[in-house]
Amino acid sequence: MGLATFTGGIHPFEGKALSENQPMEILMPRGDLVYPLSQHIGAPAKPLVKKGDPVLVGQKIAEAGGFVSAPVIASVSGTVKAVQKHLTAGGSMVDSIIVENDGKYEKTEGFGRERELESLSRDEILACIREAGIVGLGGAGFPTHVKLAPKDPGKIDYVIINGAECEPYLTSDYRRMIEEPEKVVGGLRVILKLFDGARGVIGIEDNKPEAIKKMTELVKDDPRIEVCPLKTKYPQGGERVLIYAVTGRKINSSMLPADVGCIVDNVDTAAAVYMAVVRGEPLITKTVTVTGDAVAKPKNLVVRLGTCYQELIDAAGGFASEPEKIISGGPMMGQAMFDLQVPVAKNSSSLTCLTHDEAAAMEPTACIRCGRCVSVCPGRVVPQKLYRAALKHDLDLFVKLNGMECCECGCCSFVCPAGKPLTQSFKEMRKAVAAARRK
Amino acid sequence: MAGLLNVSSSPHARSGVVTSHIMGDVIIAMIPAAVFGVYQFGAHAAVVLLATVLSCVLSEYLFEKLMNRPVTVGDLSAVVTGLILGLNMPPDIPVWIPCLGGVFAIIVVKQLYGGLGQNFMNPALAARCFLLVSFAGKMSSFTWTSRVPASIDAVSGATPLAMLKAGTPLGTDEITAMFIGNIPGTIGEVSTLALLIGAAYLLARKVIHIRIPAAYILTFAVFVYIFGKQDAGYVLAHLCGGGLIFGAFFMATDYVTSPITPAGQIVFGVILGILTGLFRIFGSSAEGVSYAIIIGNLLVPLIEKYTLPVAFGKEGKRA
Repeated sequence: MGLATFTGGIHPFEGKALSENQPMEILMPRGDLVYPLSQHIGAPAKPLVKKGDPVLVGQKIAEAGGFVSAPVIASVSGTVKAVQKHLTAGGSMVDSIIVENDGKYEKTEGFGRERELESLSRDEILACIREAGIVGLGGAGFPTHVKLAPKDPGKIDYVIINGAECEPYLTSDYRRMIEEPEKVVGGLRVILKLFDGARGVIGIEDNKPEAIKKMTELVKDDPRIEVCPLKTKYPQGGERVLIYAVTGRKINSSMLPADVGCIVDNVDTAAAVYMAVVRGEPLITKTVTVTGDAVAKPKNLVVRLGTCYQELIDAAGGFASEPEKIISGGPMMGQAMFDLQVPVAKNSSSLTCLTHDEAAAMEPTACIRCGRCVSVCPGRVVPQKLYRAALKHDLDLFVKLNGMECCECGCCSFVCPAGKPLTQSFKEMRKAVAAARRK
Repeated sequence: MAGLLNVSSSPHARSGVVTSHIMGDVIIAMIPAAVFGVYQFGAHAAVVLLATVLSCVLSEYLFEKLMNRPVTVGDLSAVVTGLILGLNMPPDIPVWIPCLGGVFAIIVVKQLYGGLGQNFMNPALAARCFLLVSFAGKMSSFTWTSRVPASIDAVSGATPLAMLKAGTPLGTDEITAMFIGNIPGTIGEVSTLALLIGAAYLLARKVIHIRIPAAYILTFAVFVYIFGKQDAGYVLAHLCGGGLIFGAFFMATDYVTSPITPAGQIVFGVILGILTGLFRIFGSSAEGVSYAIIIGNLLVPLIEKYTLPVAFGKEGKRA
């Protein structure tokens, strides 16, 4: 009996040894804090403050701009310096609230007021989560209060906490699971309260035995929760393959996990839910792994949202050698950045600084149809054929070949011996198809 | 930070495996068969192998130079083509014939269709068939005398397959000789043992998948059993004889000219098994592997079209 997993996938260099034994360290911001109004999927938030306004820690400074949206919470006290466009990790300029930190960290009234979970109603729990500005912290940034309110809550029979952390180099979820497992489990219990008929499953890759041990120990007396060790294989933490590994159910790109009775939340999201609902603290910090062979002292930092990435690098001892590539996120799905004057946002997970850019080091050669892209694809499409559709920019053919089932995990590009930019071109095609469909 | 940072779309990691590594593995896998061929047939076999490899590499180099294209001999694919072609040659063939084959394989079959990855037939096999048609006599003359006295030696010149075709029954000794390679035949196809060692290497290195060879060999065995003789020795002799093992593991698995879809690879193997069986049992020639693979190559686009995998989560919903 093998471990729960999926077909396909790859085993990239893990790189986790750099930072996995570094305990979480709190980093206080020095400079101004920048809060982009779009740190989530959905409508941008609408600012509630203007230049010159005072703000407090935990104060809602921007309101959700629609149903699928999330508010933005100040992580320091101080004065609003400006509301203007600012560069984000994604490379685009986004409307942002810039706050000058007064260093006092004065909190709003009610910040940290603990609540009894038992006494809360379903709507109260969802309201807490919404007001805390919580979104999917694994990277996607889908507003959590929307995810936790599916059409038919009675149909949900699995709440899966994603502790796979399959992305190379990242160790923030791992540290969270071994240092604050009670927060993760606490968050899962909050979510389970919303779904009476559901079981809680914490999926963790078996390259994190310590986390599996800690979590198992913590939930051993809870009949509703179990830990599911997963085979270490990228992209084990991808939502679709995780659901399959845990439940044997399959969803495609046009379905939601709730369609097969599942809710999937990241470890960090669960911890944030716990903090918001039980401990009364909105989402104002994020654990970020600062790592890579270019960094002097790789670390797992607990930083206030809005902190400038440069401060994280400084906290990690600066660069030991010159980086060729700096990635917000890990090497498989992260965003390469050209500037470090970018704020930590809700979907930041790591800052990976590499002295050598493997992707650029290879000139594409002829496709020899070796089929490696086909065998690693967790979405079971044929990247070789999709690529030909992409080269011709043939949207119809791309869709016909199931191009929209691509999860952009990067496995095909990783293995391609011809160095073709497969995933890269599929991302462009998927955007183009989505844009065409909106018309 | 003095320099500018690299910015590109993810993923930012690569496995590090490139085409030349894969081709290198294929070359390594053919070394046992090549060494055995030279040991078995003598120095002239080595000259033939060298001639095909050199003519393939030189043809590729010169063609690309003349066409002002980037020279790609470094990917080692021409070496692989040359080696496969050489291993498919009778050991005592005049050297100019394999040289001509190399030129044909690279220029006509590969480069004229756009180079690596664009040819629709296996270049080495297409060249072999071209030579078979053009120089039938020289290409199918296997004069050979065994170094060790063996029973097959009595009919020096006739391959075991030709004997099977003629209705001569082969015993355990003959089949053992076929497995080891102590028989007449082309340079690389005679030793089943040496070929299987190379095949095991390719499988272990995950250069090839077992799907095509397994489907091919199994189908062929069943076909021969049904339409040939219901006799284990007969079937075994067919499996060890001719180019079946060489073809199944080294030529049918050629990436460019075999289906990329997993289901398609099974279908492809089954088709090759049936075609080879047809040619060997009902055809006029004792051999059939080369033609079976060449015809199979032509069917690849069609096979792929109908064997596209069902995307994850789309089972049962195919439009």
